[in-house]
Amino acid sequence: MDWQAIGVSVRLALATTAILLVVAVPLAGWLAFTRRRWPVLVEAVVALPLVLPPTVLGYYVLIALGTQSPFGRWWQEMTGSTLAFTFTGLLIASVLYSLPFAVQPLLAAFQGVPSRLLEASDVLGRGPAGTLVKVVLPLSRAGLATAAVLTFAHTIGEFGVVLMVGGNIPGETRTVSISVYDSVQAFDYGSAGRTSAVLLVFSLVVLTATYALQRRGTRNWARL
Amino acid sequence: MTGDAALTGDGTLDLHVRRHSVDARFILPLRGKTITVLYGPSGSGKTTILRCIAGLDRTNRGHVVMDGVTWDDGLRKHTPSRHRRVGYLFQDHALFPHLTVEANVAYGLPRLPREERRRRVHAALEAADAVSCVGRSVSQLSGGEAQRVALARALASEPRLLLLDEPLSALDAPTRSRLRTELRRMLERSRIPAIIVTHDREEALALADQVVVVIDGDVRQVGPPAEVFDRPTHADVARIVGIETATPAVVADSDAELVHVAIGDLRLTALSTQQPAEPHRPGDQVLVCIRAEDVALELPEKDGSHRSPRNQLPGRVTGVIAEGALVRVEVDAGFRLTAYITRPALDELDLSIGSEVVASIKSPAVHLITRHTAAE
Repeated sequence: MDWQAIGVSVRLALATTAILLVVAVPLAGWLAFTRRRWPVLVEAVVALPLVLPPTVLGYYVLIALGTQSPFGRWWQEMTGSTLAFTFTGLLIASVLYSLPFAVQPLLAAFQGVPSRLLEASDVLGRGPAGTLVKVVLPLSRAGLATAAVLTFAHTIGEFGVVLMVGGNIPGETRTVSISVYDSVQAFDYGSAGRTSAVLLVFSLVVLTATYALQRRGTRNWARL
Repeated sequence: MTGDAALTGDGTLDLHVRRHSVDARFILPLRGKTITVLYGPSGSGKTTILRCIAGLDRTNRGHVVMDGVTWDDGLRKHTPSRHRRVGYLFQDHALFPHLTVEANVAYGLPRLPREERRRRVHAALEAADAVSCVGRSVSQLSGGEAQRVALARALASEPRLLLLDEPLSALDAPTRSRLRTELRRMLERSRIPAIIVTHDREEALALADQVVVVIDGDVRQVGPPAEVFDRPTHADVARIVGIETATPAVVADSDAELVHVAIGDLRLTALSTQQPAEPHRPGDQVLVCIRAEDVALELPEKDGSHRSPRNQLPGRVTGVIAEGALVRVEVDAGFRLTAYITRPALDELDLSIGSEVVASIKSPAVHLITRHTAAE
């Protein structure tokens, strides 16, 4: 069993979830409450990973991270190392790939907050950021939980993008899905089966716990 | 006690709202007036006006100038709601469901030391008679309690102007009539000028120091309630303030005190002091407005000598409709005239369709609305 790969996967999923919640909350807040029209374009871009094959997304990310691109060169100048085939590079790819899974539940939750409450907050002197923190987020707890779980689960299950961007470096970019694939390629069905079973049980436990919490949350909610 | 304390400029609200089907403008004195009522039928644009004052909607090439400060010039300048220092009471109260009663009231308070904060929350709860709601969550409040807490929340941040959108409509009827008088007392005590939107005639009569009548997105009349309700200047104002009889007539002659109008062959006398700026002249086409409460019915004298000189109109009953404690009697007196009489009076007069009656109306109850002046 490849404990190292499991460690990489969990680390990647936790980091991706943490970064995405920080990024997606203001982004979804802006998309939900702006009165301009062009944000539909942003929404479409955010949703792209849902329709693009992981290899296509992986290809573009790889190009963007490489030293041929301005971003890749800038990164190399700043840090002295390259991004492609590193954990950091994999994390960037993973954040982009899971963006819709964080933004869309949040957007739905935010849009479900009655506009009366937003107006009440506005009249009572709170700006958009204050209203987001004081009213919108507390009323979107279920959406936040869904966004976190979906992001986490989606990152754990990622394969194509990891293969394209991360390569297969043990302890750095070899995730569970790659490890299982490698084991099968090497006819090591025993190792593949054990790693798969651990991942399966772990995922099931996390999802069950989250949905249980969420259900209790909504039940409390219904009384309000 | 009036709202003067909150006013430091010219004390007026100068407004022109153009939005969708609304095109309403008025300059409203707020000094010395505690409560202004925006009155009109549902969908007439009252709430739109209120939302533009609060900054929740923008005027479209109109303006909102409050107490000398431009909040909205209809183009670029639009002071956000959060900088206007207004209190807004939403129709559904819009209390934050995830916060306690105290946290709701404290929501609009700036950063303050904890003691000071508590003191202001308590003072606001007290001013709105909501102290008994302390310690409860919002979901445990009744409609009337939620309304008080929402008012406390609006008062806590010490606004310059209070805006109340149908504040009593979400409540059941008994609570509504009880809270109406309480609301007036609370608002007087708060010393903050208030603008209240309502489509309820009784509410407007009970609460208003001045009434703005809004019909079809247009301001039709502004004035003290007695003036607006007893002397509407437009036929459609007369209709919504509940004038039951409105019939066209022509001014026959007038002097300093009295105006005589002709409705066909009939003559009616009204006081001529109603619109001193525009005295009636013979030939003016007017609308005669009479409220049904002001029409008394009696039986004709046996000898037929019922034609007394002033506002005694013989007629025939064409309809008898029970309306609660009163009975609405339609009389054909040469024009359609409506009278409200009590049930015992109906029995006493033994009226039914076809009965002969004499309707009498006091001159001050005959209100004339000019349609076309003779000069035109």
